[in-house]
Amino acid sequence: MTPFTTLTAIACPLGLANVDTDQLIPARFMSRPRKEGYGGFLLHDLRFDEAGASRGFMLDAPAHAGASILIARRNFGTGSSREAAVYALVDFGIRCVIAPSFGDIFAANAVKNGLLPAQVEDAEAERLLAAITAEPARPLTVDLAGRSIRGAGPEATFAIDPVRALQLLNGWDDLDLTLRYEGEIAAYRAQRRALAPWSVPARR
Amino acid sequence: MRPPRTLFDKLWDAHVIVTREDGESLLWVDRHFVHEGSHHAFRQLEDKARTVAEPELTFGIADHYVPTHGRPAIADAEIAGMVARLTANTARHGIRLYGLDDPAQGIVHVVGPEQGLTLPGLLIVCGDSHTSTHGAFGAFAFGIGASEVAHVLMTQTLWQRKPRTMRIAVDGRLGPHVSAKDLALHVIAAIGADGARGHAVEYAGPAIAALSMEGRLTLCNMAIEAGARCAVIAPDETTFNWLRDRPHGPAGAAFEAAMADWRALPGDAGAVFDREVGIDAAAVAPTVTWGTSPEEALPITATVPVPAGGPEGEALAATLAYMGLTPGQPLADIAIDRVFIGSCTNARIEDLRAAAAVLAGRRAVVPGLVSPGSSAVKRQAEAEGLDRMFTAAGLTWAESGCSMCVGMNGDRVPAGERCASTTNRNFRGRQGPGARTHLMSPAMVAAAALAGRLADVRTLMLPEG
Repeated sequence: MTPFTTLTAIACPLGLANVDTDQLIPARFMSRPRKEGYGGFLLHDLRFDEAGASRGFMLDAPAHAGASILIARRNFGTGSSREAAVYALVDFGIRCVIAPSFGDIFAANAVKNGLLPAQVEDAEAERLLAAITAEPARPLTVDLAGRSIRGAGPEATFAIDPVRALQLLNGWDDLDLTLRYEGEIAAYRAQRRALAPWSVPARR
Repeated sequence: MRPPRTLFDKLWDAHVIVTREDGESLLWVDRHFVHEGSHHAFRQLEDKARTVAEPELTFGIADHYVPTHGRPAIADAEIAGMVARLTANTARHGIRLYGLDDPAQGIVHVVGPEQGLTLPGLLIVCGDSHTSTHGAFGAFAFGIGASEVAHVLMTQTLWQRKPRTMRIAVDGRLGPHVSAKDLALHVIAAIGADGARGHAVEYAGPAIAALSMEGRLTLCNMAIEAGARCAVIAPDETTFNWLRDRPHGPAGAAFEAAMADWRALPGDAGAVFDREVGIDAAAVAPTVTWGTSPEEALPITATVPVPAGGPEGEALAATLAYMGLTPGQPLADIAIDRVFIGSCTNARIEDLRAAAAVLAGRRAVVPGLVSPGSSAVKRQAEAEGLDRMFTAAGLTWAESGCSMCVGMNGDRVPAGERCASTTNRNFRGRQGPGARTHLMSPAMVAAAALAGRLADVRTLMLPEG
């Protein structure tokens, strides 16, 4: 996983609340292999009409070309567990989403793919949205270690679970960490089977 | 003495292998369900050249992409490829598959309980957010992403931080023709689509104890639509009676021994929750969604909200434009184009009975699709003659799968059309690009099918009982 330390990039002031994973990537694209890249599917039905022509959605506007940061309203990534929603963001070039809240499963998926879910207060989200809408070319700097967002007026702070922050900073993979506990896992397994034999499915 | 613990505390404690200093715990997974969408995870497994740690605890189910007509043929090559890939991946790793041709095939959250794979006290995961469903049995069950699916395949464990706890106590009794689905939508509207974010919800109180297993499954299924990490209901006699003689569950003396353990699961007296929410069951009306988030739900007797100013007003106006609704319009005046009865939320036998009871001897004025939650539910419904009640009313009786809830198999609502649906998500485009979805109970969908518009089932039916 690519570590995330700081990011200086222009931001797209998406401004929508409850951006669900069905909007982030409509289900009909999820049978495609990842190697084709999922960036073209990101927010597909908001960006393209039935014939595949651009609707001129904000993400495709020249003013926001090359944006690596999205700013949204509450409950970003709500809905299904599809990690493909994160693949679509990452493959499009998004490295950080700033919002007042995130769907739990989405936030977990994001971190595992090097995408920073930066949680800000409602008022900060509104302030950042207003600042970037007024001046889209102004880059923001997101500093994960400092939990800060600079470049739009007073420095904004964001929150993230400290363990997730560490994983992002170091680019850690869960598996490496888990394998250090192989002995504990084997001991638990034996104990579980002894204490709750019904937990193993009967073969009938 | 240890402090009193909630049901969720007990489930959590029983699965902790190790807790790190930073508060993350490594949890043991008792049951892991994979489906066609798990292909990304299997690919991660191949990339790391690893094997499945516990194939005996892993079960494959073909549901998301399976056709509901013309089986076993699959016309679309891409969809056929998804089902074939699951078959190949489960075969390669020695995982039992409930495939397209299996008599027990169905939607994972219906099949798990039916087969006795879902039990009280288990930790259950699946790469599907509606895994919260299984909490109805007093299991700790939650949806995970592809990277976590890969981690569970490789290690049978998962790193988690303990969520906060929230009790939703539902007092009183639900009124006539008011179901668990109405309660679920009522709760989500009350607390918001992120109202339970970061929390393990326990549904408790007399109205919950009075619910059947089917109703409890519907309620826990929809907990994710309030953002909950999971939902649990304390196992009781209803639970135990439902679980006897299930194919993969314990039997005989083993069942009695298991039941003794399960009786210790309900929360201790005096256990403290981080949040408490109280709901009066008698205040729950037949409820429908009008917008594009499950929190946008109102009693059928209400009217479409009127946008105010500011960004929220703009967002509401955009939602109403997508939904093709007029501010202030009575919900019961909204004409529909079709209905769908199905999904992991509301396609169990009791749901089909409720819908069929409304349709009995009457004729739907719009087309509709009925997809049972599992092939076993389908057979039982046919044995009870429910299929003939649906077809006599003019609806189409189909095979089991996720179908028009998510549209992956090609069962979609055409753009601009409006569907009264027993499913769980009214997101934009969920049932197909440009589709307009109204969520409601099976009885309410049946009422809408008869009226050709959203309708109050209470006005169509004689008093219950």
